[in-house]
Amino acid sequence: MLGKLNWQAIPFDQPIPLAAGAVVVLALAALLVWLAAKGYMPYLWREWITSVDHKRIGIMYCLLAGVMLLRGFIDALMMRSQQALAFHAAGYLPPEHYNQIFSAHGTIMIFFMAMPFVIGLMNFAMPLQLGVRDVAFPTLNSVSFWLTAAGALLVNISLVVGEFARTGWLPFPPLSELTYSPGVGVDYYLWAIQISGIGTLMTGINFVTTILKIRAPGMTYRRMSIFCWTTLAASLVIVAAFPILTATLAMLTLDRYSGFHFFTNEGGGNAMMFMNLIWAWGHPEVYILVLPAFGVFSEVVSTFCGKPLFGRRSMIVATMGICILSLCVWLHHFFTMGAGADVNAVFGIASMIIAVPTGVKIYNWLFTMYGARVRFSAAMLWSIGFMVTFILGGVTGVLLASPAADFVLHESLFQVAHFHNVIIGGVVFGVFAGYTYWFPKAFGFVLDERLGKAAFWCWLIGFYLAFMPLYVVGLEGMTRRMQHYDRPEWYPWLLVAAVGAFVILCGIALQIAQLWVSIRGRAQRRDLTGDPWDGRSLEWATTSPPPMFNFAVLPDVVSDEPYWSIKQQARAQAQLVTPEPEYTSIEVPRNSATGFVTAFLAVVTGFSLIWHIWWLVILGLVGAYATFVAFAWRDHTEIEIPAEEVARIDRANRAARAAALREGATR
Amino acid sequence: MSTPALRLAHDPALGPAGIAPPQVTGRGAGGPAPKRIIVGYGFWIFLLSDVIMFSAFFAAYAVLFKSTDGGPSAHELFDLRNTAAQTAVLLASTFTCGMASLAVGHRSQKWTQIALLVTGLLGLTFILLEVREFTGFVARGAGPSRSAFLSSFFTLVGCHGIHVSVALLWLGTMMAQFYAKGFRQDIRYRFLCFSLFWHALDIVWVAIFNLVYLVGSLPPELLP
Repeated sequence: MLGKLNWQAIPFDQPIPLAAGAVVVLALAALLVWLAAKGYMPYLWREWITSVDHKRIGIMYCLLAGVMLLRGFIDALMMRSQQALAFHAAGYLPPEHYNQIFSAHGTIMIFFMAMPFVIGLMNFAMPLQLGVRDVAFPTLNSVSFWLTAAGALLVNISLVVGEFARTGWLPFPPLSELTYSPGVGVDYYLWAIQISGIGTLMTGINFVTTILKIRAPGMTYRRMSIFCWTTLAASLVIVAAFPILTATLAMLTLDRYSGFHFFTNEGGGNAMMFMNLIWAWGHPEVYILVLPAFGVFSEVVSTFCGKPLFGRRSMIVATMGICILSLCVWLHHFFTMGAGADVNAVFGIASMIIAVPTGVKIYNWLFTMYGARVRFSAAMLWSIGFMVTFILGGVTGVLLASPAADFVLHESLFQVAHFHNVIIGGVVFGVFAGYTYWFPKAFGFVLDERLGKAAFWCWLIGFYLAFMPLYVVGLEGMTRRMQHYDRPEWYPWLLVAAVGAFVILCGIALQIAQLWVSIRGRAQRRDLTGDPWDGRSLEWATTSPPPMFNFAVLPDVVSDEPYWSIKQQARAQAQLVTPEPEYTSIEVPRNSATGFVTAFLAVVTGFSLIWHIWWLVILGLVGAYATFVAFAWRDHTEIEIPAEEVARIDRANRAARAAALREGATR
Repeated sequence: MSTPALRLAHDPALGPAGIAPPQVTGRGAGGPAPKRIIVGYGFWIFLLSDVIMFSAFFAAYAVLFKSTDGGPSAHELFDLRNTAAQTAVLLASTFTCGMASLAVGHRSQKWTQIALLVTGLLGLTFILLEVREFTGFVARGAGPSRSAFLSSFFTLVGCHGIHVSVALLWLGTMMAQFYAKGFRQDIRYRFLCFSLFWHALDIVWVAIFNLVYLVGSLPPELLP
């Protein structure tokens, strides 16, 4: 009846996961009770859960990413403290639990923290910057989000029901095959990633279509913001790479469920084919993460330097160059496979070449800052911190791209330090810069700058304390994923690394405090003009938060920096130069529960596949089909916002802007 | 700067209001593309991603082609008559699917339903032929868990078969929608996507027919 599921799946004998799970379940229950008692449930359902508005979906993506950041970071703290304690000792985490923790940490941080955060920012900002009302397929967008959330939920269910994979963040065979991993851990991994991966693929398709087919009048490719360009590049890489992930995980699933022999030791299977396939997705994946972050930095640097971005066209060329090169370097993840000197040399050189367009970008940001009156806001600090830190990560990356050096450093903590250097220094700093930068646009009030800067310094110092020691012990020969060790020369470095992790914890605490303080004091922090940073692109041309339809009339784009040139004109003439447009009614897509219901069924189907509850699998799939039919049968897919309502909202926006302009003229 | 820069906004329905010659929507300066283009374009991108997924299965098949682990090889297994029948049925269904597109263009409920029904029956025949082939292999001890070669064969060809089966489900839903809702715009756009999907599956089959069945039927000494 319940397949492999029974009471033994709950780890009653392991107090740590059980207590953690109990806390999470109680916290969730308390949250639900509080929401129900306050009567917020209908509001949440109407305005958020069933929303197909790209801004709401973007915010929910970022929220999911933030929660998952906490979960993944707790794993990180446990690992760092384990290694700080496990010198000549067993530490407090038994090996099988420690293995689950590093696997869950990597899986969560990449798939459920970094991915949702960059997708959330792209979702929120890209249609606004293009000057349009939504993405190409709004309901599909909601389905994508909820599928990602479904995957995240499955990973977290594994904390208390069964176990998670012990195979690392990528399940390398033959270890991940049924013979060596007979439990449900790898199955949790496979179905969680498969479900969220489909969501990500749909997002990529949605964004490519949006950017290539839906832009405001006059928004030619060369006038698109750099963030939109990097979103396009990242989405193209998603479309090119995620199907490979789907296929590869499907092959491993067939091996485990039906006795196929893709990657097994027996039957002629080829485990190294898994390496090729998974990294053909895995390397592009890091560029899917970092390209949007590059886009955020471009927006932030240009805004806070008060200058157009230096070398705009070279930035676009570099972005698209990275987009293509990212698909040509996957083999550098397994130089030690022994493909031969020629193959390794080709991929080594290809990997080094990526440093060229990336270097172009760094110089463009530096030259934008050169001679500018830089405003050192929190978002700008994240960007400068990124430039310094990311260069270091890039240099160690070029070092690792040399096959000879890689043979020594492969799977060492040097490599771990390198990819944390580029992912934290690049992606995490980038999403925090974007979070600070677009927060007022999303919620209508700015975040507390003082706490934001304090959080930045904790993160920056904590990062260097936590990861520079790992470079050292890596060079001294310490391999990754060690549960205990007995080399005295590593011990002090690992103590420093643990201290670094706790400094980052202070940074996270300050960020939570910043959010709390800012929400409490939001009345004083209102962004009334919709343009708190003196921005240059179109998202600042509408109110904060923007109305459901973003723009009352689509803006007419005449330059690279559409909103900046509007402001220049207005300032020159000290008045809003446009006459009031003629308002017409606007049709926006109706809310839909399709995404939420699909995700619910995906969790049910995924869970029952993991535990071999076959009747429930069939029920879930039939339910999914019924959901699609119900969606297809809808007669009213759009609601109309009447012209008077549009006019009322836009007149308020124009009045606020006119007031800001008068104030600017007297200053 | 001249006056065009002063115009901050205009109604998209009126076009760029005399400041520039009318532009094609969805490209450059022309504003958002019409819905039909957006839907079709998005579906094309999906098809591209689907083709990439198939290419991963093709790659796995190519790598594992000779890993028969002492079991039967492609040359010993494949029966080109069955493959020829499958190919004929599928190509015919593409023709009838094209007829259905024409019937939708003419808003003919009767011919739309007939053409889609024939398409569906041909697709079903294709699936039955494939099931017969697969069960035949399994009965001869050449199931997917026999060897890595057979794993990759069953996965590649079976993935195409699952696509056709899902497309059949979609086709039935499409027929019901046309019947219940008529030739409404959004349903016609869905049908556009369906026909693109059906034709794309044909293209994948052409690749399978050539690379799997024709190459696989060659005597081993002719293979590299």
